Amino acid sequence: MLLNDRQYDFFENGITVQDVIEKMNYIYPKLIVKVNDRLIEKQDYANTPLYENDDVKIYHLLAGG
Amino acid sequence: MICIKNIKPYEQIEQEEIERLKAAHVLRARLQYEKKPLFRGYTDKLLYVDLADSKIRIDDIPGQVKEKFIGGKGYCLRYLWDAVTPETRWNSPENAIVMSAGPIGGITQYPGAGKTLVCTISPTTDIPIDSNVGGYFGPFLKFSGFDALELIGKADKDVIIFIDGNKGTISIEEAPLEAGDAHILCEQLTLMYSDDEADRKNVAVVTAGSAADHVNISMLNFSFYDPNRKVVRLKQAGRGGIGRVFRDKRIRALVCKFSGIKADLNKPHNMSILNKTGLKFHREMHDLDGKQNNMRKIGTANIIEVMDAYDLLPTHNFKFGSHKDIDKIKSTVFIEKYLTQGAPDGCWYGCSMACAKAADHFLLKSGPYKGQRVCVDGPEYENAAGLGSNCGVMDAEAILELNFYCDTYGIDTISYGTCTAFAMECYENGILNKERTGGLELTFGNIEADFELIHQMGRGEGFGVIVGMGVKKMKEYFIKKFGADPAFLNDIGMEQKGLEYSEYLSKESLAQQGGYGLTNKGPQHDEAWLIFMDQVNNQIPTFEDKAEALHYFPMFRTWFGLMGLCKLPWNDIVPADNSKTAEPAKVPEHVQNYLDVYEAVTGTKITVDEMIKQSERVYNFQRIFNIRMGKGLRVNDASPYRAMGPVTEEEYLSREERYDKQLRELQGLDPEKMTLREKMDSTRRYRYEQYNRMTDAVYKRRGWTQNGVPTPEKLKELEMELPELLEVVNQVLSN
Ligand code: SF4
Repeated sequence: MLLNDRQYDFFENGITVQDVIEKMNYIYPKLIVKVNDRLIEKQDYANTPLYENDDVKIYHLLAGG
Repeated sequence: MICIKNIKPYEQIEQEEIERLKAAHVLRARLQYEKKPLFRGYTDKLLYVDLADSKIRIDDIPGQVKEKFIGGKGYCLRYLWDAVTPETRWNSPENAIVMSAGPIGGITQYPGAGKTLVCTISPTTDIPIDSNVGGYFGPFLKFSGFDALELIGKADKDVIIFIDGNKGTISIEEAPLEAGDAHILCEQLTLMYSDDEADRKNVAVVTAGSAADHVNISMLNFSFYDPNRKVVRLKQAGRGGIGRVFRDKRIRALVCKFSGIKADLNKPHNMSILNKTGLKFHREMHDLDGKQNNMRKIGTANIIEVMDAYDLLPTHNFKFGSHKDIDKIKSTVFIEKYLTQGAPDGCWYGCSMACAKAADHFLLKSGPYKGQRVCVDGPEYENAAGLGSNCGVMDAEAILELNFYCDTYGIDTISYGTCTAFAMECYENGILNKERTGGLELTFGNIEADFELIHQMGRGEGFGVIVGMGVKKMKEYFIKKFGADPAFLNDIGMEQKGLEYSEYLSKESLAQQGGYGLTNKGPQHDEAWLIFMDQVNNQIPTFEDKAEALHYFPMFRTWFGLMGLCKLPWNDIVPADNSKTAEPAKVPEHVQNYLDVYEAVTGTKITVDEMIKQSERVYNFQRIFNIRMGKGLRVNDASPYRAMGPVTEEEYLSREERYDKQLRELQGLDPEKMTLREKMDSTRRYRYEQYNRMTDAVYKRRGWTQNGVPTPEKLKELEMELPELLEVVNQVLSN
């Protein structure tokens, strides 16, 4: 699975966007999630399944400090 | 959780004591002036004070200065350039401290509009330093009739400069008896110069603190009176030792009094756009802050545990990015146990982001105020990381205590944290020992030694004064006095251009290494914070992408400094549909808000490109200013290796899997066949090379030569072909 244009090998059947966020320990609240260019809203993270060749983008919106 | 409704008012200093202090004042000079009304954000006047002969003058700001330098940091740098020569050092009499709020500064409709920019030649970098600070002084100064204030010369006794913006008077008064520590001094002066309790909010004080007489890493406190708590609050112009210059001039304080704050004081061009844009933002803040960054509950400290989770929280002098005891200092600890909730904690009127949090009636355990209960401003993220994890101090109360003493002594929390962490690592490596530190066991996490160190800075004694010189001078001192290995100290000493690094781990983000290293004043993150875009999101993978980000963001963020704006409302909250925009990281709707606000105040419509150009002019001016002062070239943009990669075996081994993977994937090497030393050397070579290639790309994007010099063509493009700039540029290009 491609996450932010990097190959990860943790794909397994039934994995969801929410699972990936947890696996990566993405605890920052302002995320923008796109799967194959489709924007996924926060309420849909847990019910959006991912497939092996999906192109997943999880962008953290912090350009701050 | 502590709520503002339950906060008891603080005790006040007795009036008799105030009378005693005031009676000792001796008037040195007084000027009555006719106030020029503001028009579209400007008065076009500069207040000039020469401390040496107590001269007070009001100058016109020429149209050309306004056109090219806009205000705020632009004005500060322009007037600083004119005051100094290449030989000027921080303690030269001609060194100036210049302050300016910028044209948008002082509006109350849009959040974050009360910032003052301050510039001087820094004691730690020998080049201009700029700092952006809240509190009421800058807006009050402007409403008193001045777009900027320039202070030069040195007084022979401690003085206060008092501006009464309503009466139209400026006076210089000898002030022999006032306190040195900021929390007391600001209260003394707030009481002294106000008529009654209701008038206290109309008095703004600028002061340093007692350590500013002794250490280079000292800052300026800017006050505002908090009527809810009945206490004076302090915000800091922290970086680069401005407090040291202030005290060297024997200025005890600046006081500006102004009553009558209202919405139209800037005489804006279009009040209705201003109101509409502000209202839209306030609604966003109300609806979304709880779901996003919780700025109103905790302020910038919301990211303590976030940085830890992403391996970005500096621990033990930037060796590592996380700490096993993070739970002891995470934001919820501060929210639940210490920071008062429900208060309108804005550091200027109208800031609905209200992130200036405070811990009320905090009981001090050490130092001259031991046993007293005080109001602690903060902690901000930088304080928690710098005073806390970076020194191994995983204790919320110790962080608050150090935060309080940094503020009242006038010490920059970031530099204090980075300097102390450096000294601690030197101690743990045997470069320092108890004999050399005068008995301080400066190991990571030793709170007692940390407390003693800060009090030594306050008193101007012992090893505290050595640490307070800053990392650069400490390195020189340890090499000379103790025979320390220069290569090791240069690797682990987290300073660049003489300024200590702020509190983010940049090892795994090449772009952020540039965000720190390729800056004008030194490694402060206010030019660019690109770690997530680069390291986590992987949005700027090529050198050209990074160069574009290291052009756009520093220029965009410079604009806040020209205007008198706070950066936080730009992106510490974003509109609900921001994710649907083409470039969410830029927060396009908020950028448009700023263009609208600019037009509403000044009457001039500009585009994003013009906004960037305004900044580029000042940014390039500052770069050339650095060159004029003998720095500002490629050699000065090199970074300590600790900012770029693992210096020690301990660091490499702690993230061995990551580094080994990089050797395989990025360099095509087989770590199984390499010794640890070989792996570390290859990593280092690779990272230096990457930094160099990125530097090439950034200089090209910025229109600079490969030595980091803005070209005459670039100056032409920016309409900045000023003879004094061309002279510096042509001289360095011909060498
Ligand atoms: S966002 Fe925070 S720091 Fe910025 S102006 Fe508002 S209260 Fe002050």
